[in-house]
Amino acid sequence: MHRVLQHKDDDSLPSGALELRLPDEAATLALGARLAGVLQPGLYIELLGDLGAGKTTLVRGLLRALGYQGRVKSPTFTLLEHYSVLRFNLYHFDLYRFEDPEEWLDAGFREHFNADSVCLVEWPQKAEGCLPMADVTLRLDIVDQGAGRQATLLPHTLSGKQCLAMLATGD
Amino acid sequence: MLVLGIESSCDETGVALYDTVAGLRSHALHSQVEMHAEYGGVVPELASRDHIRRIVPLTQRVLEAAGASLDAIDAIAYTQGPGLAGALLVGASFAQGLAVGLGIPAIGVHHLEGHLLSPLLADPRPEFPFVALLVSGGHTQLMQVDGVGRYTLLGETLDDAAGEAFDKTGQLLGLPYPGGPEISRLAQQGDAFCYSLPRPMLNSGDLDFSFSGLKTAVLNLVHKNPEARREDVAAAFQVAAVEVLAGKALRALKQTGFHRLVVAGGVSANTLLRSRLNAEAARVGATVYYPPLALCTDNGAMIAYAGAQRLLADAPAADGVFTVRPRWDLSQLQAA
Repeated sequence: MHRVLQHKDDDSLPSGALELRLPDEAATLALGARLAGVLQPGLYIELLGDLGAGKTTLVRGLLRALGYQGRVKSPTFTLLEHYSVLRFNLYHFDLYRFEDPEEWLDAGFREHFNADSVCLVEWPQKAEGCLPMADVTLRLDIVDQGAGRQATLLPHTLSGKQCLAMLATGD
Repeated sequence: MLVLGIESSCDETGVALYDTVAGLRSHALHSQVEMHAEYGGVVPELASRDHIRRIVPLTQRVLEAAGASLDAIDAIAYTQGPGLAGALLVGASFAQGLAVGLGIPAIGVHHLEGHLLSPLLADPRPEFPFVALLVSGGHTQLMQVDGVGRYTLLGETLDDAAGEAFDKTGQLLGLPYPGGPEISRLAQQGDAFCYSLPRPMLNSGDLDFSFSGLKTAVLNLVHKNPEARREDVAAAFQVAAVEVLAGKALRALKQTGFHRLVVAGGVSANTLLRSRLNAEAARVGATVYYPPLALCTDNGAMIAYAGAQRLLADAPAADGVFTVRPRWDLSQLQAA
């Protein structure tokens, strides 16, 4: 299989972090698919990146790899999309439209963060102070005048570190 | 029969009273209510999606406006899904509780069925069968509608909804959310042919849509041309989106052989879409129907209307045990 991930030797990155170049949309989908293989129930990944950076595309690649064949749409309007896949519940949040972090509590979303679910959150900064600590931060930056993407993955917990270690070795 | 309709699937809380003889008696959305007065103070920002705080004052307002009392209501219709579970539960439990208290039936309605049937609240109203183009922030689909409860999905978006593409293009141009209406306003002063954007899936041969790529094309355009006028980008985007929506809607008419097109959902308020659809439909001898402008977005009237149609067709009402369905495919709906 074509290898998308390149482990970059960079001393400026914190321990366990990964930086990857994604030349096109197919590479973003492939990163999602590889991430699917290292997910464990209970994991919370925050997805950062500007509009159009490919956050939902990455989630689509991830869900396809988990066997979900239905439509994967951005939760910007609905705030939350729920997918029941083989081993766990996957919740895809988009908090862009929140005007106050406490809407997070109001919406009752907190209960979705549990040992049986994987949570992916776009625009987590809109609920700052209400969310638990992310296991992994995945940031997508638009580079090459919009042609390519740079993915940066940072672990914040032991589970996050294990997840990224598996991703880096391709196991 | 007087039916109270309750909508609370997402952002809007909508309440309405529909009379099967006299038509729509009154309707209200939370944004039209002076909440400050109702609460005797400023409503905190976090209540912006708090249906609980809105639903009782809205119901009182609707009853007052219609000059009706609670005892006059014959049935209550509420949005059962799809939508946000927490938001749906507010409307469902309020409707069920009130129905039990009044000793009248409550009936759960599919949110999209409400939108599909909303043009029947306009005058003139379309006869069955028709093709429905449903375009909003959350949905983009083409349905074949043979009657109340008889819906066949012809095609839908594979990624973003059309309204979402409008909103996100607005964001890319630095407009406040929701950017849709603002895009249309800016586009009026722009040159739609200054830039060429793709028409995703226009010639795919089926009736599906894709709008995520169009959004990315706008992003690339803005990155490559930082000096581009926002008006021109907005105009180029709008004409691309409208061309795809109109092209697919016309293809659906051709495929079904129908001569009536119904357009509903928030984007159906877009004037370019309306003029384009009207012109193209006229060319093939078809007529386009829209809901009244005030009922294009989520509202209680369409829920009251759809519930009333189901009750008139003797559809069973819920028996006090109720559930909401955050994910609910309209094609699975049974005919009344």
